[in-house]
Amino acid sequence: MQANNRWFIAVTILLSLLLAVMPLPQQWLWFRPAFPALLVIFWITRMPQSLGVGFAWVIGILQDLATGASLGSHALALAVLAYFSLLTYQRTRAFNPAQQLLWVFVLVGIHQVVGNWVHGLEGKSMPGLTFLWPALTTALLWPWVAPWLRSFSGRLHVH
Amino acid sequence: MKPLFTRGPSAEYRLGLLAILAIALIVSDHYTHWFQPVREKLSGVIAPLYWVTDAPERIGDWADNQFRSREELQEENSRLQRQVLLLEQRSQLLAAVKAENTQLKELMNSAEVVDDRVLVAQVIGVSPDPLEHVLLIDKGRDDGIDVGTPVMDASGLLGQVIEAGGSFSRILLITDSSHAIPVQVLRNSMRTVAEGTGDLYRLKLRHLANTSDIREGDLLLSSGLGSRFPAGYPVGEVISVQRDPGKPFAEAEVLPRGRMNRSRFVLAVISSGGQAVASE
Repeated sequence: MQANNRWFIAVTILLSLLLAVMPLPQQWLWFRPAFPALLVIFWITRMPQSLGVGFAWVIGILQDLATGASLGSHALALAVLAYFSLLTYQRTRAFNPAQQLLWVFVLVGIHQVVGNWVHGLEGKSMPGLTFLWPALTTALLWPWVAPWLRSFSGRLHVH
Repeated sequence: MKPLFTRGPSAEYRLGLLAILAIALIVSDHYTHWFQPVREKLSGVIAPLYWVTDAPERIGDWADNQFRSREELQEENSRLQRQVLLLEQRSQLLAAVKAENTQLKELMNSAEVVDDRVLVAQVIGVSPDPLEHVLLIDKGRDDGIDVGTPVMDASGLLGQVIEAGGSFSRILLITDSSHAIPVQVLRNSMRTVAEGTGDLYRLKLRHLANTSDIREGDLLLSSGLGSRFPAGYPVGEVISVQRDPGKPFAEAEVLPRGRMNRSRFVLAVISSGGQAVASE
């Protein structure tokens, strides 16, 4: 039994929250990748036995507090995302990179739909399908971020 | 499919439970203020995030200060000295006017004029949501800021505090699409309401009577009605008026005076005498 460096998960989540509140020029805000969602997909696909819906929900609450969004909105979106990642983690692992990219787009897209639904509830409306831009940028990041995270967590024995 | 190691309730069950909890949170956060204290307590945990994301900016400022040449500093110094001289001269004039004004108000049995106390704060972050115009500043309850405190910069009103933590607070800008501020035209004291549009460079005056006396170039000041904002601070300048005889109301567009996305330092107006002073 080797040392288990679970703190690495917390570090990556913290980084993703930083990236989620990092100031960007006004016109780039629409394209900000959903970093916490990306990490939820990655960690759940990697460790489906120990991480699940509750893990994602807590990250969502932290994101709500950090961004000042209404409490529970990101929690709901990430919990739904976590559920679908849990259902399909075996397939996600078996996909080739192109299929994975597409699948991440679909997953984050679901996450964005839920987020947009809450936005709508609050009376703020996103014009057209602009709320799907982050799903695209997140999916395009996946092929870079996922192998990097995988090699790191392999070396650190995160399991 | 049956998992090899089942522990606790199934994922469906957990999702259902947590989803209901999340929806309950969303609804109660939207319709009540129950979570305001919780948020403000937890802001201590959240503030460091913004300190980190603001670090590049601060390092840039520091480097700017460190690597200035002597000539530049001397030039700036003499420019500032000239400015101080000008401002002092103007404030001397103002003192006389103010004394006279107070005297007149006393004669009219009006409430006394209270001087506003202002606090300089630094912007440390902006809301990541493109649909809301919210700034974060590095001063909070510990410095005397409370929910509703008006915030301005050197050129005009910016917005009001909507969440005050211990050492940081969130400001809703007047350009946010959910914000409206009572204003009056400087030229003729006509009162109206300026609504945010979600565009950082636009406010809108809706429901103006078609015959109302308003024109391009008019300066709008806060009117002090609603007792949220103190009276008399510049809000914006009218840049266009649309009068369509087919429509019941005229509309006007306003360019806000405050520099919504460029101010690094802002002023929080703490003890405002806004509600004490009659607006006309």
